[in-house]
Amino acid sequence: MNAKHDSQPRETGTRPSFDVAIVGAGPAGLAAAGAAASEGARVVVIDAADQPGGQYWRHRSESAGVPEDGKLHHGWNEYLDLRRTFDEHVASGAIHYLPRTSVWMLRKRADEDFLLELTPSWGPPSGIRSVTATRLVLATGGYDRQIPVPGWDLPGVMAAGGIQGFVKQNGTLPGKRFVVGGTGPFLLPVAANIVAAGGSVAAVCESSNLMGWLPRAHRAAGVPAKGVEGAGYVWEFLKHRIPYRTSTVITEILGDDHVTGVRTAKVRPTGEIVAGSEREITGIDGVGLGWGFTPQLELPLQLGVSTRVDVDGSLIAPVDDAQHSSVAGLLLAGELTGVGGAALAVIEGRIAGRVAGAESQGRSAVASARELREIGRQRRFAEAMHLAHPVPQGWQDRLTPETTVCRCEEVTAGEICASRETLASEDQRALKGTTRAGMGWCQGRVCGFAVSGLASNDVADHTSLANAAKRPIAQPLPLSQLANLEN
Amino acid sequence: MSHAAHSPSPQTPQASQRVRATFDGEPIETAAGSSIAAALTESGCSAWRTTANGKQRGLFCGIGICFDCIVEVDGESGQRACMIPLEDGMDVRPQRSRSSAPPTGDATSNDSSVSDSNSEATK
Repeated sequence: MNAKHDSQPRETGTRPSFDVAIVGAGPAGLAAAGAAASEGARVVVIDAADQPGGQYWRHRSESAGVPEDGKLHHGWNEYLDLRRTFDEHVASGAIHYLPRTSVWMLRKRADEDFLLELTPSWGPPSGIRSVTATRLVLATGGYDRQIPVPGWDLPGVMAAGGIQGFVKQNGTLPGKRFVVGGTGPFLLPVAANIVAAGGSVAAVCESSNLMGWLPRAHRAAGVPAKGVEGAGYVWEFLKHRIPYRTSTVITEILGDDHVTGVRTAKVRPTGEIVAGSEREITGIDGVGLGWGFTPQLELPLQLGVSTRVDVDGSLIAPVDDAQHSSVAGLLLAGELTGVGGAALAVIEGRIAGRVAGAESQGRSAVASARELREIGRQRRFAEAMHLAHPVPQGWQDRLTPETTVCRCEEVTAGEICASRETLASEDQRALKGTTRAGMGWCQGRVCGFAVSGLASNDVADHTSLANAAKRPIAQPLPLSQLANLEN
Repeated sequence: MSHAAHSPSPQTPQASQRVRATFDGEPIETAAGSSIAAALTESGCSAWRTTANGKQRGLFCGIGICFDCIVEVDGESGQRACMIPLEDGMDVRPQRSRSSAPPTGDATSNDSSVSDSNSEATK
């Protein structure tokens, strides 16, 4: 394709065409955008938020002129570097940036280019309803993985990352005193952000006993920044007297019309509750829950990408050393290729952008030996983390028949188990048909993992997770947009 | 839209501008750039949607994937309060009707408050 830079995308009918389309403007997407533009490609970056940064570098409003000191962030200077490059390319016309925009459908056409159907994330349409590109980089990130617990549908209960995002965006807290529960190192920055924003944390409940780190602790030495970050949390927890309780799960969330407390208990690695370890924490008005992350795979799945279950139990899409997926022309970067955090996402994004940009210009490009070594170190750390922080066994036994599992359609654990036993609904797809679980507004994003686990009465299997993540229409959109769809 | 990157050095925050709007006719306000959800939370409201089973819901995922926090904004239903910055004069109202994703393939929907033009298709 031509490499001519001009400030306006070339129109093909009503569809601007680009060399490289990038979906997502978080760590991976920003790095990809800069790298692709540096290869001389004409790039479009589509992102649901109204400013770049993704969830990791979500920050105060630029359009409202609210100052951001980066104090709640890690790697903020790296963000500023990526952002400077991004802004320069936007100013030169090499990158066409479409904020507040979501991709609701992806197709690959016979003439080998990708067709992206767009819808505003909110507000009025941007005037560009679809774009085409010869190379596509998906960097859509992920969100907190959830498993249900009695009372988790009470107001005041949020995804752990949701509390953090709220603080980063608004500078205020959606509550005063919180309990954070689940598993994984991510619970630590969430608690630290709560106290930094003036709230308090009654406890962080980590289901793992952390012993899983011991055989693999040396892997942390490969990524010293993680150690420094971890030491910072230890200090914060001591300073603010935040209890960090290992082998501990929230067994019930209490309250009538808003959360007021939680019940917790110690668990054995095999999932049973330790008798006599039950406690009640009261006087709270917020709970944050997070069990690792679920990559957002609906867009790659629309193109038929190959997936597998990663060591953390999440569905991911494997890539080669150049970030190519199993679909020709489709590159993936960041959490989609396996949950590994922002530092890894930036490296993958840079490679994916460089390769996509070069290929769109008829050249080839590869990852450097140094990049591959760093990816290896980050991956080994991520694997150690996943193995040390598994979703604990026994969570299904702690649900009551009345516990809501699918929040959108209000499908209970009792309904799901009854359907599994009497109607042989043994995967997420069958349960969707028999109970409506996963059929509501969020399309199974929140309950897909849990419903897949309940369906097999065990660990969520690949087929069920892949079905749960299939969303032929990736975003809710006005019906009028379907009516206006062009071929 | 401004794309000016923030300076990494701490700045002196100016007295932040306030934005004023209404929720169900009652005044709400928050700092400029903050979300509708922040304005509702600051006004002491932690739940603003009623499910089909009569349960109260507000924020959950906080990042636009769960749709628990949806409201009606200036007549458009199904808008995510966690994602959308509050703007002066916004007419925010509780999401009407049942919480199910309406009507494509859902013949049982008795929802008459949503016109075709802003019905949502998610199937």
